[in-house]
Amino acid sequence: MQATLALEDGRVFRGKGYGAKGECYGEVVFNTSITGYQEIFTDPSYSGQIVVLTNPQIGNYGTNQEDNEATRPWIEGLIVREFSKVSSNWRSQQVAEEYLEQFKVPVLSDIDTRALVRHLRDHGVMRGVISTIESDAEKLVAKANSIPKMDGTDLAKVVSTKNPYVWELGERSHEPVAVVGVKDEPPRFHVVAYDFGIKQNILRKLRAEGCRVTVVPAQTPPEDVLALKPNGVFLSNGPGDPEPCTYAVDSIRRLMGRQPIFGICLGHQLTGLALGGKTFKLKFGHHGGNHPVKQLKTGKIEITAHNHNFAVDPDSLPESEVELTHMDLNDSTLEGLRHKNLPLFSVQYHPEAAPGPHDSHYLFKDFVKMMEEWKG
Amino acid sequence: MPKRTDISKILIIGSGPIIIGQSAEFDYSGTQACKALKSEGYEVVLANSNPATIMTDPDMADRTYIEPLTLEYLEQIIRIEREIAPGAGFAVLPTVGGQTALNLAIELSDGGVLEKYNVHLIGANVNAIKKAEDRLFFKDAMQRIGLDVPKSALVNNTKDGLEFAGKIGFPVIVRPSFTLGGSGGGIAYNREEMVEVLSRGLDFSPVHEALIEESVLGWKEFELEVMRDSRDNVIIVCSIENLDPMGVHTGDSITVAPAQTLTDREYQSMRDAAIAVIREIGVDTGGSNIQFAVNPETGRMVVIEMNPRVSRSSALASKATGFPIAKIAAKLAVGYTLDEIPNDITRKTPACFEPTLDYVVVKIPKWQFEKFHGADENLGPQMKSLGEAMAIGRTFKEALMKGIRSLDTGKRVGSDKIEPKILTQRLVTPHPERLAYVRYALRQGHTVKQIAKMTSIDPWFLYQMKAINDTQLELEKHPMESIPREVLREAKREGFSDGRLAAVWRLEGQEKVRHLRKKNGVIPVYKRVDTCAAEFESYTPYLYSTYEEEDEAAPTDKKKVIILGAGPNRIGQGIEFDYCCCHASFALHEDGFETIMINCNPETVSTDYDTSDRLYFEPLTFEDVWAIYQHETSKGAPVGVIVQFGGQTPLNLALPLKKAGVNIIGTSPESIDLAEDRKQFNKLLGELEIPQAAGVIATSLEEALEGAKKIGYPVVVRPSYVLGGRAMVIAYDEESVVHYMKEAVEYSQDRPVLIDHFLEDAIEVDVDALSDGEDVVIGGIMQHIEEAGIHSGDSSCVLPAVDIPQHLMDDMRDYTFKLARALKVIGLMNIQFAIPRGEGKPGNGSHGGKVYVLEVNPRASRTVPYVSKATGVPLAKIAALLMTGRKLHEFLPENIAKRADLDTGSCHYVKSPVFPWNKFPGVDTVLGPEMKSTGEVMGVGDNLGEAFAKAQLAAGQRLPTEGTVFISVTDHDKRNMAEVARKFVEMGFKLVATSGTADVIAAAGMAVDRVYKVKEGRPNVVDLIKGQRVQLIVNTPSGADPWFDEKAIRRAAVVARIPTITTLSAARAAAEGIAALQRGELNIRALQELHAGRVARR
Repeated sequence: MQATLALEDGRVFRGKGYGAKGECYGEVVFNTSITGYQEIFTDPSYSGQIVVLTNPQIGNYGTNQEDNEATRPWIEGLIVREFSKVSSNWRSQQVAEEYLEQFKVPVLSDIDTRALVRHLRDHGVMRGVISTIESDAEKLVAKANSIPKMDGTDLAKVVSTKNPYVWELGERSHEPVAVVGVKDEPPRFHVVAYDFGIKQNILRKLRAEGCRVTVVPAQTPPEDVLALKPNGVFLSNGPGDPEPCTYAVDSIRRLMGRQPIFGICLGHQLTGLALGGKTFKLKFGHHGGNHPVKQLKTGKIEITAHNHNFAVDPDSLPESEVELTHMDLNDSTLEGLRHKNLPLFSVQYHPEAAPGPHDSHYLFKDFVKMMEEWKG
Repeated sequence: MPKRTDISKILIIGSGPIIIGQSAEFDYSGTQACKALKSEGYEVVLANSNPATIMTDPDMADRTYIEPLTLEYLEQIIRIEREIAPGAGFAVLPTVGGQTALNLAIELSDGGVLEKYNVHLIGANVNAIKKAEDRLFFKDAMQRIGLDVPKSALVNNTKDGLEFAGKIGFPVIVRPSFTLGGSGGGIAYNREEMVEVLSRGLDFSPVHEALIEESVLGWKEFELEVMRDSRDNVIIVCSIENLDPMGVHTGDSITVAPAQTLTDREYQSMRDAAIAVIREIGVDTGGSNIQFAVNPETGRMVVIEMNPRVSRSSALASKATGFPIAKIAAKLAVGYTLDEIPNDITRKTPACFEPTLDYVVVKIPKWQFEKFHGADENLGPQMKSLGEAMAIGRTFKEALMKGIRSLDTGKRVGSDKIEPKILTQRLVTPHPERLAYVRYALRQGHTVKQIAKMTSIDPWFLYQMKAINDTQLELEKHPMESIPREVLREAKREGFSDGRLAAVWRLEGQEKVRHLRKKNGVIPVYKRVDTCAAEFESYTPYLYSTYEEEDEAAPTDKKKVIILGAGPNRIGQGIEFDYCCCHASFALHEDGFETIMINCNPETVSTDYDTSDRLYFEPLTFEDVWAIYQHETSKGAPVGVIVQFGGQTPLNLALPLKKAGVNIIGTSPESIDLAEDRKQFNKLLGELEIPQAAGVIATSLEEALEGAKKIGYPVVVRPSYVLGGRAMVIAYDEESVVHYMKEAVEYSQDRPVLIDHFLEDAIEVDVDALSDGEDVVIGGIMQHIEEAGIHSGDSSCVLPAVDIPQHLMDDMRDYTFKLARALKVIGLMNIQFAIPRGEGKPGNGSHGGKVYVLEVNPRASRTVPYVSKATGVPLAKIAALLMTGRKLHEFLPENIAKRADLDTGSCHYVKSPVFPWNKFPGVDTVLGPEMKSTGEVMGVGDNLGEAFAKAQLAAGQRLPTEGTVFISVTDHDKRNMAEVARKFVEMGFKLVATSGTADVIAAAGMAVDRVYKVKEGRPNVVDLIKGQRVQLIVNTPSGADPWFDEKAIRRAAVVARIPTITTLSAARAAAEGIAALQRGELNIRALQELHAGRVARR
């Protein structure tokens, strides 16, 4: 099956199509993680985006139920150099291609992905179309130009759960303790998590740290959250531009100081906005599992997982209230902040990893400690 | 943290000679460390006995000691360096010189030397080294941090070993403590084998101890390269997956980077474990390599071992990612943290990150069992390969196929010898040919599942091989003329070489395939290795070819030189050639050329991204080199190609490249070829009136027998166009020639066999010379210490020559000059001479009247680095500049004016070979015309004796200062033997001799014990050796067929590690050396001081 990618600036790549037949539209971004394609497929933050993976060999270990970050893939489309037709791993339950086909996600394979990545690096992320049914370049480029821009789009409310639910599974609850040697803490705290596109590993991590988690829709009013009598509030990751999510910014403002708050990714950007700061779009974003982030207080470096196109402008934050806690060493992007007086901190990157290094798991413990202190 | 200022002087310990398990990778790491520390302003002192390394170049360190790597010599180096600067902060960096350096660091610490001279250890601490290296400590440490390890027990006798093995069940792994490359290790499947493997293992262990371990055979094997800084920042540089599962030493495994079959969850668990390990073991700064095994059924992960230092795998990881581990490790050792060190490739981002790859790297080992008849070819926990090739492709398939053709086996595509009967055996038991058998099995229709079951190779890799096989089948369906472009392109994208395609279509050459590709626009592009998968711009042109859309290596229009490297290390083509290639690159860059290196050996300095202006990490085949040449000339830049520095591999490409229109600079390929073309060469020597042994060429058995008869036995028989004496033998009778011709023709293909009369009882001499086609300067006239008939690479030799009469020296000079001019040599030339000992002449046997030419090689030789170190003149650098048109009188005007050889000053320099016998138990250790040594060392002394003793010591043979000398010499040597024997007696040695020799000694008035020859009865000489009652053996072979006695003596001596001397001149040198040792002299001088006077004069 032939497939074509057309970008809004007219660049076209032709290769083979796998997965679903048809067309998909979105902002084309690249991710440099070597492992963890399944987690990337199912990360709701990729809603509205077509993902090109820089690792050329994708699909090798298949897919399984446990490594999902959501109940279905959220990427709009996938672009790889080579897509494995077979899977080899003792945990594999389904070949990756079948999995994507089942959820109607088109895959463009066998193109020069490095050329595409260099194009996006030099010209910035842009809109694109993958099609297995249309090959006319001009038509596809026109289509790419008709896709709504990511800037100014609120996708959080689209991907968010429609109804609240309680999360029960720990980080590695599916694996026998004999193999991994870890047991979840018994629940000691109740956390309400705003779902702006939450990754399940955040929930598993919170559960593993002894939290019972109630997940609520993005637009849940703060009163309803407080009515659940939580020990803390969590602000999740998610897709799209933070700026139009005014309801969330408003909620955070009203919860600040009344609950310990921890935000990740979009949750961090929304926190930044709630604190009076501004956000801006990066040229090609941070998407990968190898970003060095410095803890500004200690000078210690964490290797971290990133997935963000937007960032908080550190100069826009009120110095009297906000302490900058983390910075990206590659490009000095703000990666974390903490309120100087209130129990509130957030990070731009992904301490829950999945995929990515586990260097920043301590942040979940910090959150638990914050709740402990607040409780006490 | 800024760098340490309490230290100003740092001693780097190298790894010594190239041996199996410790190869050129430590030249790479040591060189990086030297450069990194020097650039930080530290005074760098280097100790290494290996003269063939770049790191021992006089400008790499401030002071370089080419001395034996033993505790006593290191102590003296430290003492001298301490005396030079009594108050300076002084440190030792032991983590870039392999296991050798690490073991020495422990000795220095345990021996109190570090404390005595107030020297810090940096890069590792003794506790960490001991914890990582001692298997029991390591196991305890792992269990303390909750990590799983295979069940195991340490034993120091076979009884305990058998008992434990009974408990955990066979098979079990035996790992001797404190050995490198897994020396002496093995797998035991039953009690009987257990006794054998374990007793050998215990013998190999310096502490007589071995670990018996639960077998994790067939489990998946992974390695992580980890770095940690003084602030406890830890990064993983690279993950490596072994295609060959557990049970095969990682040095003998095909390995793949990054790991291909782990999910993120599994990979991150491994990463967490690796970080926990480096912290628990306490490697404060630097790199470590940590190995894991994973049960393919359950995912159970166990930690196997850790190397708390830069290793072979770190060299591979550095080349695979572009992240210079050794350089960074050196900087971390002096206090920098990872975030303070910039990433050279991106410039804008720090080294504190984890490289990500958008390509696949495959490393394939190179074995040479054909050189070690009788060696066990099955692969196991003890490393047996001599070198490796690495290949980069956008997919595993492409990298694998490029890797296979990088091995430079000399075999034609598809000419693997497959014996269907042993298919199962070859699949089940790891063996160098396993990959060929997997391919065969796939072709025969075996399923991936079946093959996976037999090989325990992960099915994903096997599916890739099946895909390659499927493509092959698809190709076979199409005649060349009507091949669809897509099929052709797909095949090239999967790494099919033009040669393989030509074989599919049964074409003679590859030219038609090349034209077909060109017509269809299927040509390679070049992509960059940039550590970041293109996320950031890269500033280093570290390139690999692939069949994709976009090219990232736009050529410049500057004048440039392409240097062809030597490919994987092997016997006869080792680090010496990499040394020459690097020197060419350095010199030409300085002279304003853009330098371009092509090589596929990840262990080398030449494949460092900052050695040349551009690095193409590519196979050294015609197809790949031609493509690069086309690419580099596409902007119209003048491009010259150097083929004479990389050994035989590039030389084999010289004529085809020239025919295709490539501008080869230096000596013309025709001249190089002429020296190999027996007819033309004979004619030339005749014209020049240079004597040579009678010789013929043969292309059939009949011709060979007839020729041998005509010139008279004994004869030397060899194929043309080989290096390292491959398949070269001395035949004393027809039977040997018949046997040989049947074996040799396989290797030489269409090339004829050369047969020469063997000059017995001769001294051999090697001459290296520089020539610009008009002027010639001799670099060195090296006198071999061993007798003729032993490959020059396996002989010890000395500079300057010690007892060759002046008129013969002049003859050799004269012949060298004539040949260089006649062959229009531009660059380097090596000539081998033989001087038969004259009939009835008095003296020491070297006063023969005639010099014969044995061989002329108008190219860089193995001895170039040694001669350069002994003279202080960088021969390879000058040679490279001559090739670009510069003249010899610009560099060495005095030598030309005076017709003088390069000066070696007042010292003697002895080069000695190092052999891999301990890796191949049972193999005959007799030396002959086929080279078998893996590396070399150099000894420097005031006289031959001292230099010889040092070289022997550096090569692992400690000459005794007391005890008994066993002497057995041929009749020819008996005349002069008494004089040598007397020296030993005067030094307090007792003598033991076989009857004939004993008669002579007794007649000269010395006391001597008599001993039986092996066949005569017992106790015989072998019993004495085994009983440790002999400390030195002087045994000059008869020259005819190797006696039963000699073989037995040599083998026993190797096992008992007793020095064996095979010529009287070497015995004399040994006696002098022993005298020097008895005086307790340890003369140590830095290389820079040895040549300071002469360098200043230039």
